[in-house]
Amino acid sequence: MTATSPPIEKFAYDNTTVKWFAYATITWGIIGMTVGLWAALDLVFPQLNLGLPFTTFGRTRPLHTNAVIFAFVGNGIFMGVYYSLQRLCKARMYSDKLSRLHFWGWQFIIVAAVITIPMGFTSGKEYAELEWPIDILIALVWVVFGINMFGTIIKRRERHLYVAIWFYIATFVTVTVLHIVNSVELPVTFMKSYSWYAGVQDALVQWWYGHNAVAFFLTTPYLGLMYYFIPKVANRPVYSYRLSIIHFWALIFLYIWAGPHHLLYTSLPDWAQSLGVVFSIMLLAPSWGGMINGLLTLRGAWDKVREDVVLKFLVVAVTAYGMATFEGPLLSLKSVNGIAHFTDWIIAHVHVGALGWNGFLTFGILYWLIPRMFRTQLYSRKLANAHFWIGTLGILFYAIPMYWAGFTQSLMWKEFNPDGTLANKFLDTVTHLAPMYALRSVGGVLYLAGVIMMTYNIIKTVRAGSFLANEEAEAPALPKIYTIHGKEHWHRWIERRPVQMLIAALIVVSIGGVIEFIPTFLVKSNIPTIASVKPYTPLELEGRDIYVREGCYTCHSQMIRPFRSETERYGEYSKAGEFVYDHPFQWGSKRTGPDLQRIGGKYGDVWHYNHMFDPTSMSPGSIMPSYPWLFSDKIDYEVTPKKIRAMQILGVPYPAGYDKICVEDARKQGELIVANLKKAKVQEVEPLSADDEIVAVIAYLQRMGTDIKAKAPVNDTATKK
Amino acid sequence: MKFINYLQSITGVSIFPLISLLVFVIFFILLGIYVLKADKNRLNYIAALPIEEQEKEENNKISSR
Repeated sequence: MTATSPPIEKFAYDNTTVKWFAYATITWGIIGMTVGLWAALDLVFPQLNLGLPFTTFGRTRPLHTNAVIFAFVGNGIFMGVYYSLQRLCKARMYSDKLSRLHFWGWQFIIVAAVITIPMGFTSGKEYAELEWPIDILIALVWVVFGINMFGTIIKRRERHLYVAIWFYIATFVTVTVLHIVNSVELPVTFMKSYSWYAGVQDALVQWWYGHNAVAFFLTTPYLGLMYYFIPKVANRPVYSYRLSIIHFWALIFLYIWAGPHHLLYTSLPDWAQSLGVVFSIMLLAPSWGGMINGLLTLRGAWDKVREDVVLKFLVVAVTAYGMATFEGPLLSLKSVNGIAHFTDWIIAHVHVGALGWNGFLTFGILYWLIPRMFRTQLYSRKLANAHFWIGTLGILFYAIPMYWAGFTQSLMWKEFNPDGTLANKFLDTVTHLAPMYALRSVGGVLYLAGVIMMTYNIIKTVRAGSFLANEEAEAPALPKIYTIHGKEHWHRWIERRPVQMLIAALIVVSIGGVIEFIPTFLVKSNIPTIASVKPYTPLELEGRDIYVREGCYTCHSQMIRPFRSETERYGEYSKAGEFVYDHPFQWGSKRTGPDLQRIGGKYGDVWHYNHMFDPTSMSPGSIMPSYPWLFSDKIDYEVTPKKIRAMQILGVPYPAGYDKICVEDARKQGELIVANLKKAKVQEVEPLSADDEIVAVIAYLQRMGTDIKAKAPVNDTATKK
Repeated sequence: MKFINYLQSITGVSIFPLISLLVFVIFFILLGIYVLKADKNRLNYIAALPIEEQEKEENNKISSR
């Protein structure tokens, strides 16, 4: 320290931005959860899809996931970060203008998502559905947040960076990398693009992103909040600061590798799958280290948990985190994953995390923050307690039926008769689960009811209080020169340096991604191509784009795993070489409906025509929505040549100049399908024309997975040709 | 043909897992040493940062008991 003590500086914390983010968290939380409830009810009452494009499950489900992740949790992160960062740095946020820009920019992105996702603008990659102009906007607003955060850290009055800030820094840098790498796409038109990667590579990048969206959007920032708010609320320091240091580095080191566990038994190279498994198992250690650190902070203060509703929420949140992070490594074991993947088990797993960990931590923080910023008491502790119990019940009513549904589904899929045939039709496995889906909706209603109770409680609290926009504070200025006492350790050096911390975090999180990507991308030149796999015809490409637009991947996979129960049901298992022209890949992650990879040629054109108009006409009891607009809407052939040129840039081998004749080709193929339908005397919903979207969809569905059928016997030797 | 064959065609691919293992082990050994050797008072100071000034004092009382 310098000889004279530094002057005491007066400043004020900005509560206004925190307040706005808190309001946004509540508002988008209600919206996101309501859409989720609606989507859940679609599976029980398919009529709720309303027969409109905007309200079908394939569009409402991505709207729900995006709203809950990026709008509810996203605003929750910013609320907590803007509150805690200022206090931990003993400084006001770097710039009020940037705070406002960040807030309104983020809300604008959410509104853009709420408009464009129901309209069918989607890149077709889960949790990254937003199209390229919005992707760019997200990057810009995220950078605004970064500048504001680092500006605050740099002008701080506290030398040491508390561990919560490390988590915020890691969140910022990793989400930046994830978002940029996964959003590399080639724009075709305004609001339509193709993923730069294809097939296996696209899948690897997507799930590296998808998993780490969970890790660095739903977990690390919330761990930062846990490390700030639990000590704050319990009024005692974190159990072990040493453990928190190890927790931080181990968590960010390991998490980034775990993505491939979403692709077990798929066409992803086996070594990448194994890497994903090994690191997922190792993740158990830091995850539980963090959970234990959070819970043990309350050592000797458990009596407070009985009385303090905020602590109740926080304890259940951390416990849910512990359960979800125990289950995660378990699910990444190949034997368990073989049972759980594509089933409702995964839905149960993510909701323990989302409803328990993210939801309850957010509610706890809201109940603590709002009365403080409004300088009053919470309107009703009773109501908050009621919220706690109804919310906890909601989680149980959600998770238990979904676990039940997941196990049942998997067992039914894999059940064989003594003569070696499959015991259950796929549809039977769906209809059998209807009661579970109904119960899950009850869980959703309870949880949402709790949130509405909280909203009322908070509105009443806000009305009773007077808002403290600028909270006065004072702290000594940070001396420019820092005198080191004795020998300094390297880690202590980095603990004071945010920019170096950013770089270190970047390096640590990049290693995993780079080691997983490089070999997979290097083999691009000699990926096991299958000679008979050809690019899609222009009509099939249009059909595929409609498949993406309608979000078919939310219920249907295109990935047959090498299990007898799957090859019996669907046909030959999927090969990496079959997806080389798939921009984006559409492997899916959930089978509410059957796998579609070998759907081509399984049924006639007429079957698909009738099925898309009214699924129950072909499969009585089906819960699939109907798609009446495909029968009247026309394919936009203006764009087709652009799409072909874009595909050529991406390396799809259409002959040079094909864009000039592609529309003609598409119409020819369309005429054949129309002739086929007419020959079969199909009952025309609308007068049939080769330009109908349904014709393109039929073309795509009939093509799917047929290329390798052309060469019998189909096995890996085909790749040698 | 199995994917591993293509992997083997990358020169020196076996170095990838070795490097990662080494980086990982060395990093965490160093971190472990640091954490064990770190000054307890300083860690206590940092750990108390989220707690307000007067609360911090109360807390010091608790920990010094």
